[in-house]
Amino acid sequence: MATVTAPAPGRRRRTPLARREARWAYLFLAPWIVGFLVFYAGPMIASLWLSFTEYDVINPPEYTGLDNYRELMSDPAVARSLGNTVYYTALHVPLVMLISLGLALLLKRVGRLQGFFRTVFYLPVMTPAVAVGILFLLLLNTQDGLINRALGLVGIDGPSWTTDPHWVMPGIILMSLWSLGSTVIIYLAALQNVPRDLYEAASIDGAGAWARFRAVTLPMISGALFFTLIVNTIASLQMFTEVYTMYFGNRETQNSFNSDAASFYVIHLFQEAFQFLHMGFASAMAWLLFVIILVITLVQVKLSNRFVYYEGEDQ
Amino acid sequence: MSRTVRATAFAGVLTLALSGCGGVGGGSDAGGGTATEGALSTMGFGFSDEIAITRVDAFKRDHPDVDLKVTEGAFDEQQFLSAVASGNPPDLVYMDRKLIGTYAKRGSIQPLTDCVKKQDINLDQYRPAARAQVTLDGTVYGIPEFSTVRVVYLNEGLLKKAGMTADQVNLADWAALPGLNAKLATVSGNRLSRIGIDPKIPEFLPMWAKANGADMLSADGRTARLDDPKVIEALTTGANLIQQQGGWGRFKSFRDTFDFFGAQNPLSKNQIVAWPMEEWFLNQAAKNTPTAELVVKPFVDRQGKPLTQSAGQAWVITKGAKNPDAACAFVKQMTATDTWMAAAKARADARKSAGLPFTGIYTANADADKKIFEELYQPTGNKRFDDAVATIRSVQDAAFAMPASPAGAEFDKAYYDAVNRVLAGQEQPAQALRRAQQEATAALDKAAK
Repeated sequence: MATVTAPAPGRRRRTPLARREARWAYLFLAPWIVGFLVFYAGPMIASLWLSFTEYDVINPPEYTGLDNYRELMSDPAVARSLGNTVYYTALHVPLVMLISLGLALLLKRVGRLQGFFRTVFYLPVMTPAVAVGILFLLLLNTQDGLINRALGLVGIDGPSWTTDPHWVMPGIILMSLWSLGSTVIIYLAALQNVPRDLYEAASIDGAGAWARFRAVTLPMISGALFFTLIVNTIASLQMFTEVYTMYFGNRETQNSFNSDAASFYVIHLFQEAFQFLHMGFASAMAWLLFVIILVITLVQVKLSNRFVYYEGEDQ
Repeated sequence: MSRTVRATAFAGVLTLALSGCGGVGGGSDAGGGTATEGALSTMGFGFSDEIAITRVDAFKRDHPDVDLKVTEGAFDEQQFLSAVASGNPPDLVYMDRKLIGTYAKRGSIQPLTDCVKKQDINLDQYRPAARAQVTLDGTVYGIPEFSTVRVVYLNEGLLKKAGMTADQVNLADWAALPGLNAKLATVSGNRLSRIGIDPKIPEFLPMWAKANGADMLSADGRTARLDDPKVIEALTTGANLIQQQGGWGRFKSFRDTFDFFGAQNPLSKNQIVAWPMEEWFLNQAAKNTPTAELVVKPFVDRQGKPLTQSAGQAWVITKGAKNPDAACAFVKQMTATDTWMAAAKARADARKSAGLPFTGIYTANADADKKIFEELYQPTGNKRFDDAVATIRSVQDAAFAMPASPAGAEFDKAYYDAVNRVLAGQEQPAQALRRAQQEATAALDKAAK
């Protein structure tokens, strides 16, 4: 007996117009998809394979199983560079978020000059990273740097920012605050989107400034906070250019001085890959970093479900 | 794994962690050609001055059928490896001689045995120290170009103020160095305003070690000797000189403000009294501060015998070079006596028209240097600079060089890191160099496999 099955609800057959639109959509997406496959997915898969090999770029790779990963786990230089990178991230990200939020709150009150200050705060972001590294080598100079001179005015004998292992990382974090302009701009945009009537309602209910900030501002900009948390965390874990310029930039700089304290994970990876020709080992390092970033991001996303408010949500 | 896949994989590492990289190769149309025809590409070289331009012009003039493409810029490992990985390396690379051992061991550059034979290149004309740096396991992999040597510069004006003459500065007497340093340096409170003696470590540690009778690396480049008590003593001596002048933080931050390339150099600003440095500073001093009270002396070992360390660049031909014959002709001509002579003449003319003294050029080709100084060089009339030139020439043959090593970069990193840990106060010299010895040995053993 023949059975006639009605089309399932929600699985309507697409009209020719919809199909044509879908084709156009894929066509427009094609450059990105091709770019992703060729320049990201392909190399990623290949580097995964290389991470299981001994490969010096010049000769064919030789399969070595998990040797690179075993060596990774026991290499003190890797542990040191990873520790430095985590230390930097743990300090840099909260600092950038706090200072940027403070600046954005101030900027929101500026009024007509807001556009000017917005530009001023964003300009450092446009400075090439190499220039920032060199600039801060001068600013952090122990004897003649502007920072220690300023400290000297208030009777503080400034530290050796670039040579004392205890002060190298604080110096780098100080430098990293140079380019917080983009976070400021994101927060400012989020703050300007907070409906004024929420503040008015809170005020009528007797909420003070702090209560309004905690109960209205923070929840309403939590999406922006979460976004910058993720983006800054990833960027921090991949810190390279400025520190490489300062401490490892060229053979002469490298020959002069570089400290274990300035050895970041990606810098160590770069050295293994291009200076010591351990591309297989460097591939394993890259994948370890990828997994670390993935785990941290997943944890952050999981936590965000409890703390982040998105417009349009029912709650 | 095919070249394409390997090249893709190579890019992948950076995709994961950095922003990617690009390669520059020899161009897909680089034809083979016979002896000196076809396309020829170089990497790591640039037309920075008349010395470079004159020599390249000479090659172009003598080899009109070669289409030479010079990708200007300093040698960049990432760029070079990208080109190799993509199967499109340039024919020639101009690189630091200390990198040659590593690339030779990996097979990315060609032995020049055939090239030397075909082009009848006289290897004996090159200085022994430079030859050693381009030779691994008895095979020549590069043709040396310039040869830098290190001498001791003294600011005699400041020595006079300290009641001394240049002859009284005796770097052979290590026991007396702290006393001399204390006399010459100016440290007030936490501020260092004049360096007495700059030992220039970690860069010059091999020279201090050699002065103490130790080689940090065996002649075959395969055995590290960083924990030799004589190396430890050399590092201790250098580190103490810095410690005496306010510590590494003050010392380095003060030295970082120096500009050796202008009229406001530390010599003219009386910021330093005695320092070993490469010979090129003499050219800068002659150009920028010709009236400075400069005296140049040889660096000496502990017996007072002149000693210097040589370094420099070399030309190598890559494995996979599409036009090795033209490449070989190029390296021969770039380093030939007559070519150097023409380049030196161009430099002398340029200096003359600018009203500046010509203090010579210092190449790895001993015959060329002899000819330049015998036929072209004229004493400037400034006794200080003329004596300095004579000193530099006299130490050329007393030079040693760090031998080619299959793990040269890792060996360097091991001892630089050790010195840096000592300077930063993290470890004592013996402890730091023992760790460096282990790191260097591990790297050398791995590279030797």
